[in-house]
Amino acid sequence: MDLTDLHVFWYVLLGVLVTGYAILDGFDLGVGILHPLVKGDRERRLVLNSIGPLWDGNEVWLVTFGGALFAAFPKAYASLFSAFYLPFMFLLFALIGRAISIEFRSKVKSTSWRTYWDHSFAFSSLVVVLLFGVAAGNLMQGIPLDARGNLVGDVRDLLRPYPFAVGALAVVTAALHGALYLHLKTEGELQERIGRLRWPLFFAFLVAYLGVTIATLVLVPHATRNFDRFPIAWVVVVLNGLAVANVPRAIHHGKPGQAFASSCGLVAALVFLFGMAMFPKLAISSLDPAHDLDAWNAASSESTLGLMRWIAFLGMPFVITYTAIVYWVFRGKTKLDDFSY
Amino acid sequence: MDLDPVALSRAQFALTVMFHYLFPPLSIGLGALMVLLEGAYLRTKDRRYEAAVRFFTKIFAVNFAVGVASGIVMEFQFGTNWATYSRFVGDVFGSALAAEGIFAFFLESGFLAILVFGWNRVGPKMHFFSTLMVFLGSCFSAVWIVIANSWQHTPTGFHLVGEGAEMRAEITDFWAMVFNPSAMHRLNHVLFGSFIQGAFFVMSISAFYVLKKRHLEVAKRSFTFALVFGAVSSIAILISGHSQANAVAVNQPAKLAAFEGHYETGPADMILFGWPNDETRQVDYAVAVPGMLSVLVHGDPEAPIRGLDEFPEDERPPVAVPFVTYHLMAMLGTFFIGITLLGLLQLWRGKLWDQRWLLRIFVLSVVGPYLANQAGWVAAEVGRQPWVVYGLLKTSDAVSPSVKGGEVLTSIVLFGLAYLALFALWIYVLNEKIQHGPEDPEKLGTPPSGGSFVDAAVAAGDRALTEADAIPVASTSSVARASGGE
Repeated sequence: MDLTDLHVFWYVLLGVLVTGYAILDGFDLGVGILHPLVKGDRERRLVLNSIGPLWDGNEVWLVTFGGALFAAFPKAYASLFSAFYLPFMFLLFALIGRAISIEFRSKVKSTSWRTYWDHSFAFSSLVVVLLFGVAAGNLMQGIPLDARGNLVGDVRDLLRPYPFAVGALAVVTAALHGALYLHLKTEGELQERIGRLRWPLFFAFLVAYLGVTIATLVLVPHATRNFDRFPIAWVVVVLNGLAVANVPRAIHHGKPGQAFASSCGLVAALVFLFGMAMFPKLAISSLDPAHDLDAWNAASSESTLGLMRWIAFLGMPFVITYTAIVYWVFRGKTKLDDFSY
Repeated sequence: MDLDPVALSRAQFALTVMFHYLFPPLSIGLGALMVLLEGAYLRTKDRRYEAAVRFFTKIFAVNFAVGVASGIVMEFQFGTNWATYSRFVGDVFGSALAAEGIFAFFLESGFLAILVFGWNRVGPKMHFFSTLMVFLGSCFSAVWIVIANSWQHTPTGFHLVGEGAEMRAEITDFWAMVFNPSAMHRLNHVLFGSFIQGAFFVMSISAFYVLKKRHLEVAKRSFTFALVFGAVSSIAILISGHSQANAVAVNQPAKLAAFEGHYETGPADMILFGWPNDETRQVDYAVAVPGMLSVLVHGDPEAPIRGLDEFPEDERPPVAVPFVTYHLMAMLGTFFIGITLLGLLQLWRGKLWDQRWLLRIFVLSVVGPYLANQAGWVAAEVGRQPWVVYGLLKTSDAVSPSVKGGEVLTSIVLFGLAYLALFALWIYVLNEKIQHGPEDPEKLGTPPSGGSFVDAAVAAGDRALTEADAIPVASTSSVARASGGE
């Protein structure tokens, strides 16, 4: 894998953006999924405010991924989003619904108002994660694209068992990731209650993880092809195993920081494995391999890729600095004040 | 039923982008005023400014969140509904969108967290810095998106590769793409339009408080800042609009002809009111300044302006919509200048705060910039038709081949419902915030010290309002200047 090749560079950079998004929005989506399991208005507000200042910035990783995909691989941007038209519209609808729920939930004191938005927050978080998983599963299995990269057939071709299995894995992973984050950010009785969720979630994750791994090996044989080309990638598989194993260890030893760091690692590893299954493809056509979109035939011109690389080099240090500043300012246990949701 | 995906996709884009554009101009304009007010707080340590910024922060946060929620759709809609367009312009348009994400969105959303939630976590200077960064981020966002859109109007710095449906534009000269002929004119116009939006928004709420005799200390200060800012921006946008119209005359003559209802080539009048009639190819009920358009563009009342007749029929924009929206925008622009100058005059005479009729007009005027910003964009975008990229790609050829009319209709219904709910909530929460009002500055900490010009103006108004408690203006303002200079 030659990173000096602009096409490879952009493929990897998009992978970095997806990884950033999965880790960061992953925990706040997970918090959303777990939100209804927490009882009491003060407790729910604490849970909501644990992601209060952060969720919006986390979502920017997705938006920037969209822009970067458009710039670097416009054909893939056009083909994938028009192919996944309806599911994608539901995804956007859910993202809007989620933003509304977070923003408006605590603005009115009525119980029924708050209960309504609590449900809406949890449901939209769940739908977002599920749809991302279903999309990833479809990408791995391949979708019916014609020679120009347009979808042949309709949305029913995308509703298959394997993508839903990946969707389920995404949901339990986000829930586990969210629980470990919440355990880090809460204290007292609320923390204890969240603590009790961790073990069931971990075992649910383990089952889904093993199930999807087996299904992938059987149904998506090309998923492991890249390991022959890049044997070094086995290191990530080992690290992935260690991260998964370290979650119960850290829970057992009462180290919430380490547990959350491990779940960040395992989310990153899952994205990496997805990338390994796809590279260098951006979309796989189930009709004819000649219709596949990859980092070369879907790309912008060399000069644009080169120019955009400078923009990325210029911009990414700032992005990382802002992210670090914000996470530093809002470190520590979540407290409620006048400005909280 | 046969559903036309082109018409539906256009309707969906109009719905989503017009709804979205209710919010970003306020983010930019209100952000600018918050920077000014918080700057004043840092300089004078006057808690009344802090109360104002804290109050507007809460409204800013809600506005921003709704803007982000509706904006996510925009980032992906090019791919979902306009796949052929996306393939065609990816090289150019995608780059600008990606740059917007990296340079603007991270800056905005990162520091927004500190601006909104960080009052008790960071010091005043760091907080001010965050406000400034959020404002800059929202400006950067405008920069990149206006550059991308302007390239659709005046494409430069590219060459075409491929044939027919496979054709695409590739960048050959990045800076020529960025500084395409209309980009800077349009950017100025968009930013001043946003500043006016922010100014009228602040004036509306502040005037409401003054009328209700609530939060007077905070409201009068906010109003005065916004009035000066709004007056300057209203005059600036007239100048920017004039230079922009001249550029349109050169770059997109068909669009100018549609704006002005100019059907036949020849000397052109400036039509103030009227209704274009495509049948008779004239403007009905026209009230016009003869030869004025020729004067504005060429400095000569006899100079010919190119009319719609010069363009093939399938390359002419529709006339009614651009004409009406363009004229609405221009009339509102004139109103903004008039009302802000009148406000300044009354402020200077010390009579503003007891002119209840004028304050009532200011309360209602907030609708004006919303209409003007929308109308201006409708005029620009409909005036570009039938092209999506001027002279290169037609809107009807730009849609996604695989997306069916029924699917687009489904998503329109979905977004329609979401936006309706969002809009209702926004109004509801805005009303709650306004009813609640700013915190009492006394409770925020140290007693207020003197300001400067603003204090003098507010004090002058107080005197007019309650003659019995007259304050000697000259001495307060000189004291204020002395203490303001510390």
